[in-house]
Amino acid sequence: MLTPQAVQKLFETLRQLSDEGCSILYISHKLDEVRDLCQSATVLRNGQVTGETDPRKATSAELARMMVGSDLPEMMVESSELSNAPILSVSNLTLEAESVTGRSLKSISLEAYGGEIVGIAGVSGNGQGELAAAISGERITNAAEDVVLEGRPIGHLDAGKRRDLGLGFVPEERLGRGAVPPYELSENALLTAHRKGMVKHGMANRKKAREFASHVIDKYKVKANGPEAKAHGLSGGNLQKFIVGREIELDPRALLISQPTWGVDVGAAAHVRQTLIDISRSGQAVIVISEELEELFESCDRIYVICHGKLSQSLNRAETDVEDVGLLMTGIGSQTNDSGSTTEGFDYAV
Amino acid sequence: MILAQQQRALTMLFKIEARAEPSRQMALAAPLIATGLTIVISSIFFLTLGLNPFLTLYTFFVEPLTTKNGLSEWLLKASPLILIACGLSIGFRANVWNIGAEGQLIMGAITATGVGLFLPFQESGLLLPLMAVAGVIGGMAWAAIPAFLRDRMNTNEILVTLMLTYIAALILSWLVHGPWRDPEGFNFPQTALLPNQGMFGVFDYAYRLNTSIFITVVVVVLTWVFTERSFLGYKMSVGGAAPSAARFAGFSSSASIWIGLLASGAAAGLAGMMEVAGPLGQLSPQISPGYGFAAIIVAFIGRLNAIGIVLGGLLLSLLYLGGETVQLSLGLPSSIALIFQGMLLFFLLASNFLINFRFRKIAMRAH
Repeated sequence: MLTPQAVQKLFETLRQLSDEGCSILYISHKLDEVRDLCQSATVLRNGQVTGETDPRKATSAELARMMVGSDLPEMMVESSELSNAPILSVSNLTLEAESVTGRSLKSISLEAYGGEIVGIAGVSGNGQGELAAAISGERITNAAEDVVLEGRPIGHLDAGKRRDLGLGFVPEERLGRGAVPPYELSENALLTAHRKGMVKHGMANRKKAREFASHVIDKYKVKANGPEAKAHGLSGGNLQKFIVGREIELDPRALLISQPTWGVDVGAAAHVRQTLIDISRSGQAVIVISEELEELFESCDRIYVICHGKLSQSLNRAETDVEDVGLLMTGIGSQTNDSGSTTEGFDYAV
Repeated sequence: MILAQQQRALTMLFKIEARAEPSRQMALAAPLIATGLTIVISSIFFLTLGLNPFLTLYTFFVEPLTTKNGLSEWLLKASPLILIACGLSIGFRANVWNIGAEGQLIMGAITATGVGLFLPFQESGLLLPLMAVAGVIGGMAWAAIPAFLRDRMNTNEILVTLMLTYIAALILSWLVHGPWRDPEGFNFPQTALLPNQGMFGVFDYAYRLNTSIFITVVVVVLTWVFTERSFLGYKMSVGGAAPSAARFAGFSSSASIWIGLLASGAAAGLAGMMEVAGPLGQLSPQISPGYGFAAIIVAFIGRLNAIGIVLGGLLLSLLYLGGETVQLSLGLPSSIALIFQGMLLFFLLASNFLINFRFRKIAMRAH
């Protein structure tokens, strides 16, 4: 993962190499980069060549159609009414790293209102994983008040209790964290959706779990051989759709989703993003942690940037651009926030 | 020419790869493959020893079951194996590795015998149930030590449970040589016999099989319900299959540790009680022929599934009996019997590999 500035630097180098007579085979799913850099492009889908084109002349939509096989749906982003008080807020959260390779979090504060999508940008390894674990409840924070859901301190609760109170979470690892790989989808439905009446007198109701899994498979267009399919038999995109669907069906007040479209094909990614927009417009708070700036700019209302375990002020999407956010990601950017003050409490070290 | 062929043979490579879905056919075929391989290899083995393989295999597997006494001994030995393996499977599914069921069995036998010999209910019908409760508590208490250490101090339960087995064996040895030695026992290291009210009834006075086998049947059913149907069993299995997913869902790992160790300790303690209140009737320095360790094999042969464990327990018990029978009627040394047992268990566990993995031939490269 590179910042936009680093990508430009890389492209300069690649162009120079090709000018010197070196042939370069560039493999990417990022259509803008391919259009920017390449002179000819071959598109693959399901192990087959589906088209060859000159990317400089083709539009992103044409390339996407070759990749997906159909036109991508247009993103529908309506403006929305925000809730009066934040649904989820993190205040002054400081957390030591769990391992030497981990990242400590330094007095992080953020707020997410109902009706908006809040993005957290950053180069990987700057504390995103730790922040996600602290919000989700996989790690207990030092003080209960560090994380507040609808006015209730939840920092001392485990992930299950936080989910009971209305916090949804989709982790970036689907296999082994969001889902149990050798288990059927119905058994994976039980993982978090057991609170939807699937447990009676301590016994798991497998029939209800199967029905729930079938419902998610139909509603979120998951390609799977029914609720008996094993989680590790699904493609990354389809498993992601299943996990996102499962968490949304729990009807959370706030949903935290980490790397929603990692390894997900363009069609499924568009579907996931549209789903996030839809639930935020129905009054829920959505927090997206992502390394893909395009994705954040496409769907988020506000963006925070995380760098060296510190979080920037919030940036309104309308008042910022990829350049600004990119600089903040490297920790050398100046930043403007809503009130116009700059770089307060921000880490300049590289 | 030969060299060229050899080179070709060398380039015939096989790759082991994970299956996308565990193979159902293989799940059924694996035990048959293992049995087939064992019969072929052991036949060669017996032939090289100058033995008739058909006769030897018959003596091993069929002869022990041709008499009523054989059947009685078969179930009598299978019962504790199945009981302990059921308890172990609950922990094993959650990655809680209790290797010390043998020690918990010994402690259960000690506490049960203590109640049977020294409590003032000698003539009461309550004595046997009280002994069962004492056995369960003894096994659980012994398993609670590694549970506490693992939960609070993150010690390795494999080492702690194993080492506690030796301590339990020494406590037993001290008791039967010292304070609990039968004063009328001609100085033999053993306790007095348990009173009649403290013994399970036998079905027929000619054979040793007793009513405690019903306890094992009940435990098998409970284990099946717990592992296959209960939500708590599901939560523990998630913790074993994907610890991060358990944390993601908010399932407590310390609950898994406690339940896994206490359940297996209770089962082993109960098995110890069933031994003293059944075939043994008293404590002596050797009360178990290694049931606690053999049950680990039974649990894995049964793929940690209650019904599989019943089959695994019956098989291992038959192997014990068959091993004795070939020694008695064919005069084979016990080491031959052990080699044969090891061979069968090895093939059984190894062929389970084929359920989740497959071999694929890699295209031969021409030289």
